[in-house]
Amino acid sequence: MSGVRVLVGTKKGAFILSADGKREKWDVSGPHFGGWEIYHVKASPVDPNRLYVSQSTGWHGQLIQRSNDAGKTWEPAGNKFIYDGVPGTHMWYDGTPHPWEFKRVWHIEPSLTDPDTIYAGVEDAALFRSTDGAQTWQELPGLRGHGTGSRWQPGAGGLCLHTILLDPSDPNRIFIAISAAGAFRTDDGGQTWRPINKGLKSTYIPDPDAEVGHCVHHIAMNPSRPGVLFMQKHWDVMRSDNAGDLWTEVSGNLPTDFGFAIDIHAHEPETVYVVPIKSDSEHYPPEGKLRVYRSRTGGNEWEPLTKGLPQSNCFVNVLRDAMAVDSLDSCGIYFGTSGGQVYASPNAGDSWAPIVRDLPAVLSVEVQTLP
Amino acid sequence: MIRVVLPAHLRNLAKVNGEVELEIEGQPTQRSVLDALEARYPMLQGTLRDHVTRQRRPFVRFFACEEDLSHDSPDKPLPPQVASGTEPFLIVGAIAGGYR
Repeated sequence: MSGVRVLVGTKKGAFILSADGKREKWDVSGPHFGGWEIYHVKASPVDPNRLYVSQSTGWHGQLIQRSNDAGKTWEPAGNKFIYDGVPGTHMWYDGTPHPWEFKRVWHIEPSLTDPDTIYAGVEDAALFRSTDGAQTWQELPGLRGHGTGSRWQPGAGGLCLHTILLDPSDPNRIFIAISAAGAFRTDDGGQTWRPINKGLKSTYIPDPDAEVGHCVHHIAMNPSRPGVLFMQKHWDVMRSDNAGDLWTEVSGNLPTDFGFAIDIHAHEPETVYVVPIKSDSEHYPPEGKLRVYRSRTGGNEWEPLTKGLPQSNCFVNVLRDAMAVDSLDSCGIYFGTSGGQVYASPNAGDSWAPIVRDLPAVLSVEVQTLP
Repeated sequence: MIRVVLPAHLRNLAKVNGEVELEIEGQPTQRSVLDALEARYPMLQGTLRDHVTRQRRPFVRFFACEEDLSHDSPDKPLPPQVASGTEPFLIVGAIAGGYR
């Protein structure tokens, strides 16, 4: 029988939540790596038992762990992330040059075709790739070196490369996003990159239409239509129909267009989900009501989804990598909160129930759809 | 024989219980002990010292004989009690918590 496995990264360990296709009864495994910050857990799409984990602490730095048996056992992999050549400088918070310094891996993106090839988005922002199952890592230096890197400035969470999207129709095309530099695309497998931020308007930077400097929070793609992208920016929900060449705002009737997470229905590429957050200084939902908003029209027209979600006194946040969708016939939507809840909807958002309520603060949520 | 005590997270990572015992040729120093430790347990590379600079990570401390050796030169000989195995070389995660 088909099933799902939800991979949860938290402030104090990783958790694996498993259920059959009904998604009603859940088995909870964890904490794996208790006490470590788990920024991301993700599985290879071509080998569902192959999991990769980014774990870190302030004491001992960055580790990457790998499992070949769906998380039953783990083995340490390579944790040496060395910038290519002389790292140079980016811009610091005060506008002065600041040396590039590796801090942690925010996002792991396994290849769509090879279980031993993985991409890692890191802070300070750079893209690394491993082709030996995460034993060794090499930077793709064309991203930092394409020309605007010295102008990138960290957001409040650091200068992090947090989004990596691999185009299933073109193995040479990759999209990435950096806070607070913006979105970038390569069309030659990572050798050369260019900013794709035209149409973004950010009033919190001196030039609202600047080539770079936009605080992109997350980008989502439906694999069936890889040229169409949806973005949750610091403020504004955006859409591009030409692989990021131009963005248009689709915030429409959202109660607030600030937020972090965004995702797309697995079978309906015009159905989009966001979790509006009140503001950049109040990282909680408006009116204390935790509402997922769904657009069935590719943006602009949004409906609140509230059934099963707390509608009073709820002041949690939902972070950028903490929402995911499965690809069962009835698409499941999942998200985790800073309060340690992981909610699941087995019916595309119509109703929700918590899988778990009391985990450490959730940093990331991914889901595997199992045969 | 040098006795090394790892913090709990690194014992889990290296899959060791209790102390680690290392044989060091010549007079042991922080550097030679850490080199031998990382050679036996490669997964510890980068968790105690920076991969490139080999500097101690900021929130890692080295104690022995009730002294903080963290700021000593990595090439300074360790105390004779550590060299003889009478006292362990303690690797400790610094007190760095307490936000609210």
